[in-house]
Amino acid sequence: MTSAEFTAPHPRDPYHVGHGHGAHAHAPGHGEGGPADKRIVVGYGFWIFLLSDIVMFSAFFAAFAVLERGTAGGPTGADLFDMTNVAIETGCLLISSFTCGLASLAMEARRPLWFHLSMLVTFLFGVAFILLEIHEFAGMIAEGAGPTRSAFLSAFFTLVGCHGLHVTCGLLWLLTMMAQVFAKGFRPHVMRRFLCFSLFWHALDIIWVALFTVVYLMGAMT
Amino acid sequence: MLFGKLSLHAIPFNQPIPMVASGIVVIIIIGVVSWIVLGGHLPYLWREWITSVDHKRIGVMYCLLALVMLIRGFADAVMMRSQQAVAFHSVGYLPPEHYNQIFSAHGTIMIFFGAMPFVIGLMNFAVPLQLGVRDVAFPTLNSVSFWLTATGALLVNISLLVGEFARTGWLPYPPLSEITYSPGVGVDYYLWAIQISGVGTLLTGVNFVTTILKMRAPGMGYLRMPMFCWTALASNLLIVAAFPVLTATLAMLTLDRYLGFHFFTNAAGGNMMMFMNLIWAWGHPEVYILVLPPFGIFSEVISTFSSKPLFGYRSMVVATLFICLVSFMVWLHHFFTMGAGGDVNAVFGIATSIIAVGTGVKVYNWLFTMYGGRVRFSVPMLWALGFLVTFTIGGMTGVLLAVPPADFLLHNSLFLVAHFHNVIIAGVLFGAFAGMEYWFPKAFGFRLDEWWGKAAFWFALAGFYVTFIPLYVVGLLGMTRRLQHYDVAAWYPWLIASAVGIVILAIGAVCQIVQLVVSIRRREELNDATGDPWDGRSLEWATPSPPPAFNFAVLPQVQDEEAYWTIKQTAREQARLRPEPEYRPIEMPRNSPTGFICAFFATLMGFALIWHIWWLVGFGAVGAFATFVAFAWRDEEEYEIPAEEVARIDRANRSARREALMTYTGPRL
Repeated sequence: MTSAEFTAPHPRDPYHVGHGHGAHAHAPGHGEGGPADKRIVVGYGFWIFLLSDIVMFSAFFAAFAVLERGTAGGPTGADLFDMTNVAIETGCLLISSFTCGLASLAMEARRPLWFHLSMLVTFLFGVAFILLEIHEFAGMIAEGAGPTRSAFLSAFFTLVGCHGLHVTCGLLWLLTMMAQVFAKGFRPHVMRRFLCFSLFWHALDIIWVALFTVVYLMGAMT
Repeated sequence: MLFGKLSLHAIPFNQPIPMVASGIVVIIIIGVVSWIVLGGHLPYLWREWITSVDHKRIGVMYCLLALVMLIRGFADAVMMRSQQAVAFHSVGYLPPEHYNQIFSAHGTIMIFFGAMPFVIGLMNFAVPLQLGVRDVAFPTLNSVSFWLTATGALLVNISLLVGEFARTGWLPYPPLSEITYSPGVGVDYYLWAIQISGVGTLLTGVNFVTTILKMRAPGMGYLRMPMFCWTALASNLLIVAAFPVLTATLAMLTLDRYLGFHFFTNAAGGNMMMFMNLIWAWGHPEVYILVLPPFGIFSEVISTFSSKPLFGYRSMVVATLFICLVSFMVWLHHFFTMGAGGDVNAVFGIATSIIAVGTGVKVYNWLFTMYGGRVRFSVPMLWALGFLVTFTIGGMTGVLLAVPPADFLLHNSLFLVAHFHNVIIAGVLFGAFAGMEYWFPKAFGFRLDEWWGKAAFWFALAGFYVTFIPLYVVGLLGMTRRLQHYDVAAWYPWLIASAVGIVILAIGAVCQIVQLVVSIRRREELNDATGDPWDGRSLEWATPSPPPAFNFAVLPQVQDEEAYWTIKQTAREQARLRPEPEYRPIEMPRNSPTGFICAFFATLMGFALIWHIWWLVGFGAVGAFATFVAFAWRDEEEYEIPAEEVARIDRANRSARREALMTYTGPRL
């Protein structure tokens, strides 16, 4: 019996992408055009991963919602949250997202200087965000409102801290990304990784928006 | 300080059973390792298997891990059944604290390291072949997934010798699992083993969703995918949506235990019922993560061995996705007795009954696939038939448990234990065995011995009924699960019967092992020269057995639902193969030790976290990051297979198929 493979060879074989980079595929992955090119596969896969990450956050959000009133006689959100600090944090993160977008543009335009500059600014705002968060956490712990005080505070520190941990990992990734571009230039696989990084960085913003609303704004009102 | 909580006291010198068991395991490991090293097999093993990123090799390694872990989990099962057979008016031979570890380890190992790797292994092996592509979307990530799963399995098994395992059941319900009531390292072993292997599973989910949605052969639209690919897609979507919840839940319990947080504690506003809700929001989808791929295997097997297309393909797709969706809406039936109220229980009870409709559709589709077909009773088909009968019984007891008032009586009884073994053994395990028999010739180039396969099937089927029907009965007689001893005379004969059943099951397990050994020795006779031993219908049977690293010399053009069947029938009618294609060089991903090294550091980190060896945690974290950067830094991720090599391999396949075509005399009986 013959086998199915004996038809015309397909030009968009994903393992040819290393050479052709397959940037101009048509209807990839929809069953007609055969396997999608690598850029789409990588971006798509990373999106799926981000969705799973968001599901994980949703579990922490759910836990926070359940435990929000479990203050065990301790301080509530309204007692603890310093909205100015939170507003500055939000600003830092949003600006860093904007500069991360600038870095994408610089990469599209193959401008290494602008790329590194934008990434550096992104990094600095990310670090500022983390420092402000550490400052906030340290202040709360010093007041005796650490995560072991009550279930509410456990949930608060875990949810916000998990986001902070993500940002920290993102910063490590950012530095690795800069080093890669510096050492290797705008190669296709480096650019695919940067695509993933920028998706990651923007996703952290989305989560922060939810966090800011659910934890801080709604928390400060009660 | 240097070793954290770890000291020589962690080794249970005063308990003979774990000492003897781990002694045997250690001797076997030393034996295998020295055979590998002294026999000079290590370079081969390292090059061709440990660092392999080939989905077929990874699939085989998953299945091997699963088989070993099934034996470990089965040993636990034998101990539990024999303990209950002798523990009438007596303490039996297993002390309570050890017995509790055994039932916890049994459930944990069977679900996470037996069933999951088996199902994932079969998906790894078959899905890219069925889709007509060369590998999964992220081959190196696939290797990382496998090795992280192996890390989890390793950590659970280390607990046999060093320290202890959890005594809290396979899901560590708080407050029992909190540090106050479980101060030992058992729960920590559980947490880190599951957390690490859970990351591996999540990455598998990401990988396969991307592969199935974005990497299919030209022409393979969604409604042309084989059924197994559909069920694999549904299963991996569930992994992506459910496993992060497990990660988060276990992280919360970890924070409670390690840093004194109050998620699930009695004190300071914690809410332990939140754990039950969160863990089952993962746990119920997990059931379908396990059983959906076997549903796909049964679909392939029943259609192939009935020599008919699958009946109601589209309704099967709809039923699969229906189950995928509704599996997220039934979790509360695991704790109807929690006291959520009649309305809530009613909603979840009805949802639970409704999910059986999707499975019912499937059962009828399988029956109608066989109807009017030429059914060949080969071993995979026997497993499928055993499944159909047994699973239906298990499904009906499940619908019974879905009625909240009935559940209030049967909750946590052996009736429940019998029910979930009924569906998991008949659904997942029979399915995995069917898949193993079915794809084994594809993977290794020779079939498994029929006689021993049939013996294994009949002993497993009989053993299953003799073991678990008595458990239904004692459940109805009021026996709760996890009893170390009892003094109710009415239960005693049934538990003796159950122990007899596990002996029959053990004979079945021995037959499986003998089957493997016999088949390897008789591999010349059982050789599968054509690459299509079962007269198959999907694309994996278009490749030679075993398939080359690149699977397909040229990506197949898919024209309808049963891609390979159409091509084969055309060739049979015209009595000739299609013209030889123009061969081109093929680029394949390079092998990479990344997965193995990641798992090495993950093992160190997991072990260090369990025993509070903080410097080692830091070392592991730095090592893992360094591996990540080193992997990101490599330049050549692919190697090229020259066109002549592709042509040579494909021409051999074509000549085997031409020969089969010439000697073809009509459908096989």
